[in-house]
Amino acid sequence: MAKKESTFLNMVITLFIVTLVASTALAYVYELTKEPIEMAKLAKKLAAIEAVIPEYDNNPVDDMYKVAIGEGGDSLEFYPAAMNGETVGTAIRCFSNKGYGGLVWLMVGISTDGTIYDISVVDHKETPGLGTKMAEPKFKAQFKGIDPESVDIRVTKDGGDIDAITAATISSRAFSEATILAIDTYKKGVIK
Amino acid sequence: MSQWKNFSKGFVKENPVFVLLLGLCPTLGVTSTAINGMAMGLATLFVLLMSNIVVSLIKDYIPDKVRIPSFIVVIASFVTIVDLVMAGYAPAVHEQLGLFIPLIVVNCIVLGRAEAFASKNTFVKSLVDGLGMGLGFTFALTLLGSVREIIGNLSIFGFKFMEGDGILVFILPPGAFIALGYLIAVMNKFKKA
Repeated sequence: MAKKESTFLNMVITLFIVTLVASTALAYVYELTKEPIEMAKLAKKLAAIEAVIPEYDNNPVDDMYKVAIGEGGDSLEFYPAAMNGETVGTAIRCFSNKGYGGLVWLMVGISTDGTIYDISVVDHKETPGLGTKMAEPKFKAQFKGIDPESVDIRVTKDGGDIDAITAATISSRAFSEATILAIDTYKKGVIK
Repeated sequence: MSQWKNFSKGFVKENPVFVLLLGLCPTLGVTSTAINGMAMGLATLFVLLMSNIVVSLIKDYIPDKVRIPSFIVVIASFVTIVDLVMAGYAPAVHEQLGLFIPLIVVNCIVLGRAEAFASKNTFVKSLVDGLGMGLGFTFALTLLGSVREIIGNLSIFGFKFMEGDGILVFILPPGAFIALGYLIAVMNKFKKA
């Protein structure tokens, strides 16, 4: 078959058909994958919450409430965990913009007595092999179970008590900062 | 050219990464571990294969002057499909590769094969070419990722075979250039022999 000539009409019709078919196909795939993507996001959130608070029997995602940071318009998401109707802890989704590769999102779990239960890393773009080590137990263990009143949650370089990850001080600092933000907001929002 | 030659050229003689030096952006960007390299390679393989097939089928109906825009639309569609499917069914891998998945669309190897091969050859030949090139690309990325992971982190496919930290620079972007340079040297030696 001979090649189609590059007349104006031919080009317009061809491009129209190509884009029409492409957009139809994409719309179809989008519909198909919409649910799995939502499910994957929710599962990730739940896994992050589950990792940082004690056992619970309510639905923290449904009970979520927001607490404003300071005077500004921003607020953090609080996920309360309860067992038999009694609060056992709160997971706080917090962030720091001091990361090496932009925002670092953490989920900080705080027990009812104000100590840190556990922390999980939700999202970040830190250097693989360096900053990513903040998600490993070795670094996180320093935060587990401590009372923010008695331990200074800053890296040692800033005069705190947390040993930064080798060659990833900036990522460690962002981790600390996000945790401090969560605790400060928690004090304001829960303990009145 | 026999079908076998057509297929195998993507591995050694015309390997997209080691010989043609095409598509280096994802090559250098995501190969910090063997798993990442392989996942990226497979995603590109899918796009390459599908776009080669479609382009070879529609080439006779596309006027010459609008062939590049048409090819790009075809390629972009497949990239978006890969992106959506990965986000839905392999969220962990998708998160690791992040921005590099949508960037497959500007990977010159994909448009390069569509323009230089699929738009001039038959359906079967294009399919074989896409498969060969895609596997060659996957092979190159996995190899590069493995080398960087072995030297930089003393592990392979996430499995740690030795205690310690390794030479950190190989995980970082400069290590990608160093490792790629040496691999190209080795491939050149291998090719001449």
